[in-house]
Amino acid sequence: MNVNRGKFLECMAWCGTAVVYSLTAGGLAGRALGYELPTTARASSFVQISDTHVGFHGDANADVLHTFQQAIDKINALPVRPDFVMHTGDLSHLSKPEQFDTVKQMFGTIKAGAVYAVPGEHDVIDDRGTRYFSMFGRGGIKPWYSFDAAGVHALALTNVLDLKVGGFLGRDQLEWARADLAKQKASTPIAVFAHIPLYAAYPEWGWTTNDYLELITHLRRFDSVTVLNGHIHQVLSKVDGNITFYTADSTAFPQPKPGSEPRPHPLKVPAGVLGQYLGIRTVNIQPVSHSIAVADLTLSS
Amino acid sequence: MFRFSSLVIAVVAASLVILGASVAYRASAATAGQGSQSQLAVNIADDAFKPPSLVVQAGTRVTWTNADDDPHTVTTDKSLFDSRGLARGDSFSYVFRKPGTYAYYCKVHPFMKGVVIVKGAHS
Repeated sequence: MNVNRGKFLECMAWCGTAVVYSLTAGGLAGRALGYELPTTARASSFVQISDTHVGFHGDANADVLHTFQQAIDKINALPVRPDFVMHTGDLSHLSKPEQFDTVKQMFGTIKAGAVYAVPGEHDVIDDRGTRYFSMFGRGGIKPWYSFDAAGVHALALTNVLDLKVGGFLGRDQLEWARADLAKQKASTPIAVFAHIPLYAAYPEWGWTTNDYLELITHLRRFDSVTVLNGHIHQVLSKVDGNITFYTADSTAFPQPKPGSEPRPHPLKVPAGVLGQYLGIRTVNIQPVSHSIAVADLTLSS
Repeated sequence: MFRFSSLVIAVVAASLVILGASVAYRASAATAGQGSQSQLAVNIADDAFKPPSLVVQAGTRVTWTNADDDPHTVTTDKSLFDSRGLARGDSFSYVFRKPGTYAYYCKVHPFMKGVVIVKGAHS
């Protein structure tokens, strides 16, 4: 992980065992363990959760609802109620109505200003996401949308329809994103959400989005861009100028590190340590400086 | 014009194939050994169709069974059949009645590809 681009280290995190990445204007600045609670200031905040896979039954997690509940408990125990929670896809394992119903009900117990979601490929299996979008979509008939909250302008994208080797945004969505971003000031912090990584995290396993480069050209002019993805069930990050990319832990099960096995799959870890491989992510935005602190909290922390 | 012609041909071809083939259904609703039909199995494991290619006589029923934790589908490009999402242990069967080459893939993992080549029945 590249932590050498730093200008300063900003101390804010919520949990004693959190892994903290601090950054300013999109640049990753530092990493540390064991911060104390912030004592200053009304920072805005949001939470990312991902890859819950309700309906999964396998050795890698015998009870994905239990670990999802633990993730929700963790959100609800945060000292500051987040402005919103974003689920970055694979809410369900098989796009089944009862799986979506369960997720919807459990979303309703999250204490946050709002709960948003983008779909994973597991959420659009049989109907190109018709059922998913009817329950969780916020873009009208379109599978993408944007909103303003927590001091950021957020894009919620769908890159799991018409999968190629990796994810795919498509002409219409890219054009919409260009027009949407054109209306924003360069100083506005931008957050971009999608399920599959919007950068070449590990193309050999399809952990990329085929047409992400065009999206990046629309993001370059902004002072601070944070791209938050799921899909790969582990935390990776990359800094590219003013843009920082993060993938997230799952709430259900981990997957192998890139290239460590012939292919990705639900990874079974020794009993009792699963919670160390699962987690939630908090993102804290300072009001004036717009500096952003990203903290990954494991379920066992 | 070319596109229109291609579409017409594709639609006509697909219609003919559909007429010639029985409706696909899940193995759970199927009964084994229908008359003289032969049967073949494809295992879905480690994000692959095993074997990835089959050569069968017309009238053969092929059954795919998913052994992975990840869901898979057995889907043809031209919407001839689509298993919908198969959880681990789920099966899908299709009877190939008309000779031809049937390429299929997994909608969840589009890099997973397979093909069934159907030869004419013994005359």
